[in-house]
Amino acid sequence: MKFFSEENLELAEIIIKRYPKPRSAMIPLLHLAQEQDGWISDDAMVEIAELVGTTSAEVLGTCSFYEMFKRRRVGKYVINVCTTMSCALMGAEELLEHAERRLGVKAGGTTADGMFTIEGAECQAACTEAPCLQVNYRHRYRVTPDQFDSIVDELSSTDHDVPDHGVLSQVRQHIPEDRFVGTVAPENVTSAPAWMHDQGSDQ
Amino acid sequence: MSDVPPNEVTVTINGTEFEARPGEMLIAAADRAGVHIPRFCYHERMSSVGMCRMCLVDVDTGRGPMLQPSCMVPVAEGMVVDTQSEDTKRAQEGILEFLLVNHPLDCPVCDKGGECPLQDQTMAYGPGESRFVEEKRHYEKPIPVSDLVHLDRERCILCDRCTRFADEIAGDPLIQFTERGNSTQILTFPDEPFSSYFSGNTVQICPVGALTAAPYRFKARPWDLEQVESTCTTCAVGCRVGVESSRNQLVRYLGVDVESVNHGWLCDKGRFDYEAVNSGDRLVTPLIRDNHDENQLLGTDWGSALARAAEAIEQAGPQRVGIIGGSRLTNEDAYAWAKLARSIIGTDNVDAQLGDGLPADLVLGLPTATIADACEADTVLIVGPDLKEELPILHLRLRVAATKGQTRIVEIGSIATGTEPHAQRSIRCRSGEAAKTLVALLESDDPLADQLRDGSVVAVLGRASMAESATPALEVASVIRDRLPHATFLPALRRGNVRGALDMGLAPGILPGRTTIDDPSEPLMNLWQTLPEKAGLDTTAMLQAAAVGQLDTLILLGADPLRDFPDRNLAVEGFRHVKTVIAIDNFVTESVSHADVVMPSTAYGEQGGTTTNIEGRVSRLAQKITPPGSTRDDWMIAAELAWRLGGDLGIGSREEIWCEIEQVAPSHAGVTIERICGPDAHEGILIQGSSVKPTLPTPQEPPVVDGYGLRLVSGRKLWDAGTGISHSPSLRDLAEEPTLKVHPGDLQRLGVSSGTAVRVISTRTTETLLAVADDTILRGTAVLPFNQPGGGANRFIDATALVNDIRIETL
Ligand code: SF4
Ligand code: SF4
Ligand code: FES
Ligand code: FES
Repeated sequence: MKFFSEENLELAEIIIKRYPKPRSAMIPLLHLAQEQDGWISDDAMVEIAELVGTTSAEVLGTCSFYEMFKRRRVGKYVINVCTTMSCALMGAEELLEHAERRLGVKAGGTTADGMFTIEGAECQAACTEAPCLQVNYRHRYRVTPDQFDSIVDELSSTDHDVPDHGVLSQVRQHIPEDRFVGTVAPENVTSAPAWMHDQGSDQ
Repeated sequence: MSDVPPNEVTVTINGTEFEARPGEMLIAAADRAGVHIPRFCYHERMSSVGMCRMCLVDVDTGRGPMLQPSCMVPVAEGMVVDTQSEDTKRAQEGILEFLLVNHPLDCPVCDKGGECPLQDQTMAYGPGESRFVEEKRHYEKPIPVSDLVHLDRERCILCDRCTRFADEIAGDPLIQFTERGNSTQILTFPDEPFSSYFSGNTVQICPVGALTAAPYRFKARPWDLEQVESTCTTCAVGCRVGVESSRNQLVRYLGVDVESVNHGWLCDKGRFDYEAVNSGDRLVTPLIRDNHDENQLLGTDWGSALARAAEAIEQAGPQRVGIIGGSRLTNEDAYAWAKLARSIIGTDNVDAQLGDGLPADLVLGLPTATIADACEADTVLIVGPDLKEELPILHLRLRVAATKGQTRIVEIGSIATGTEPHAQRSIRCRSGEAAKTLVALLESDDPLADQLRDGSVVAVLGRASMAESATPALEVASVIRDRLPHATFLPALRRGNVRGALDMGLAPGILPGRTTIDDPSEPLMNLWQTLPEKAGLDTTAMLQAAAVGQLDTLILLGADPLRDFPDRNLAVEGFRHVKTVIAIDNFVTESVSHADVVMPSTAYGEQGGTTTNIEGRVSRLAQKITPPGSTRDDWMIAAELAWRLGGDLGIGSREEIWCEIEQVAPSHAGVTIERICGPDAHEGILIQGSSVKPTLPTPQEPPVVDGYGLRLVSGRKLWDAGTGISHSPSLRDLAEEPTLKVHPGDLQRLGVSSGTAVRVISTRTTETLLAVADDTILRGTAVLPFNQPGGGANRFIDATALVNDIRIETL
């Protein structure tokens, strides 16, 4: 049973080749898996383990360390309401309660239609714009309960530019062949990397 | 071996100057200086990680004292260390208070209680009271992480010992830290258990009761246990173990750290098969075939059993008696039997190996290497069985050495082995063609050829498959002797004390002390007086002779030829035609059930003496419990038989036997009983030197497989249907049912789909087996494990053939 789509599998192979050791590609591949499904299933971890030549347990260990890798199915839009100090003082609790009422799920839950997951979160480094939240990690500032409703309406329509949960960016980086410097395993590094050479010396 | 001169760095530990080794961690230097620094995560056989902070001490390197984790700080010149300063004490109290925040303190119901580093160090260095009043973490208690290991996450202090072991040492990173922060916990991947052959070691090194071993859980409390140091004889690596018993039952083995052999590790088979010794199925009285009912074995007394045995031996006459087995025996037992056979019965038909090893002259005559030599050689060349399955701790030592870059492993063989993931090169060839492949490699311009020619080489040599004769292995030895004359050898023989049995003369033509029957030592002749005139038969030849009625009495010394000899058909024929079978064993194995006289012998832990590992290292065995029923030591049975045959072995105790061995066995001269009983025996005493000259064949072309045939390859698995495992309740279900593994391409060619039953035809039999596709199998090859529950490969094998081919057909 294969997890990655054919297209993503191809991409995975390219990503693996960017590293001197396949195992180093583990986190990029976890991102790729999350991009494909919106979350990371056990099947995804098993396949990543195979691709990078390690055990599924090792992939689980890495994956579960990062809160932003979701190991349970989440909504298309993950809304994190900041509940840390500045936001709390500015009404984050009310906002979160409103959000729960509006979406009909408790924090941590996902709506039945699979559209929204609502979570309470720690400080999002936008304390001057409290209370704030993130939709798939994109900030929305000084959010009132009313504004929350319009965010939900906006996301429910097609008229917005928030990509599905898991999509890291809308422009994929592509390294052309001639710019790819190749990989050297750390133990085989004998000289400073090219970019550290003097401007004048030949490279 | 480092190039830096040792003892170069002067550090002051608690006011006393100490010469430390450059690069050494402070905690290790303190250990050597006799100053104990408390620790949880540090382990001298694994890398330092600084997880627990228990080892904080005041270190002054000129900038004033600072708390530093001594397991992470290498010694430096002029370093001043105080392990008892006020700050250190406060740090220790603080760390312990933290470690106990989430610890359940369920010591009264914890297996580790009484020998728990957390308990002990809390008593010694802890604050006495905790300020923590909140709710602790709660997890389901305990969860099995494998069939043998249970995990209680509440007790875990996250020291990373088990996970580091699994990754660094065992190479099975199947347990991991998962989640993070307060939720950090050790787990396996869902439905992928920690099924490592070495999992039991994590239980031993866990500094708390988080990991417990299923076979030992709630069996005893540490303060009820007594321990003696002994040597594992489950395989021929000979790991050092601490044998522990409670109420005259073996309850636990612990690995003991010796530099030369096991570094403190044990494999799970060696660690847990003590259950067999305690088994209620043990043979405890002699048995004798019922005169009235052929199918019955009746209990009898020793006198009658010995008389019947002696009668059968006498009636047969020396040429028509054969003795098979002896690798389960101690050196002393083996010597007694070797002496009985030659000087009293008068036969040289003795063989400790069951047609699945290497000829004794090869084992004893080739230049030898130690495990340490192998771990330091430029190249280890493995041509033989899958070491992970057959000699697990040898595999572990080589794996660790290879992953650290101390050696490079090259293997030549026909199947994917446990060595492959860390080998520099794994060269696949068809079974029987290893010598040819090696020659081709050495004649090529492959840089590997230069590496082998120019660097040091240790060859680990054994039988790669039960379905090929010893000849292919002999050919490899001959190529290596010829083209890599600097190479030394480590024989990959599997049975417990097989090396000791050969050293003691339990092989045709071989006498104790690595001498041959044509050239006995003088002291031996003085004591033994007579010897058979010419070399006798090996196991295969004995069974062949028996099958054609040329052998009347067969003595089995802990041997089960019907299950263990590669060719079941031949063994069955031999048994059918022989007049009397005398079996000496711990259990009623299949072969024992066909015997006419059965004598129960003592088992591991019930006998003292010595054993010899594959390197030729003699180490001590310890008696820990009293044997059950009327079982007797094998040497006593030999002595009794001698007496009934009108002779006298002249031995009265194991110590007396050793003294005699030291006198008559040239290679063992100087290894006195004092040395055996002294501190030398901890690391074992390496026996070197031999006067046996091996005979090596010139390589031949093995027969070609015809278009329809598949070459059969059969190796052993760690978990198999062997006697010890079948009688160990915790282990017996670990052995998988046998399947025939074939390359998917071959299956397709034969029109068979994977997972279906097929008819398997060999020259010996036609039977039905499950065929499974496996793309790691070489084309034209079929792999069947040798001895799994539900049927062994021995049914298909002709032991007289160089290699065995089979055909498969759809049903
Ligand atoms: S289970 Fe034991 S060995 Fe493993 S991390 Fe926890 S305390 Fe350490
Ligand atoms: S490797 Fe062999 S000697 Fe060592 S513990 Fe395992 S069975 Fe015993
Ligand atoms: S407290 Fe909400 S963003 Fe900092
Ligand atoms: S022993 Fe040094 S940090 Fe654990």
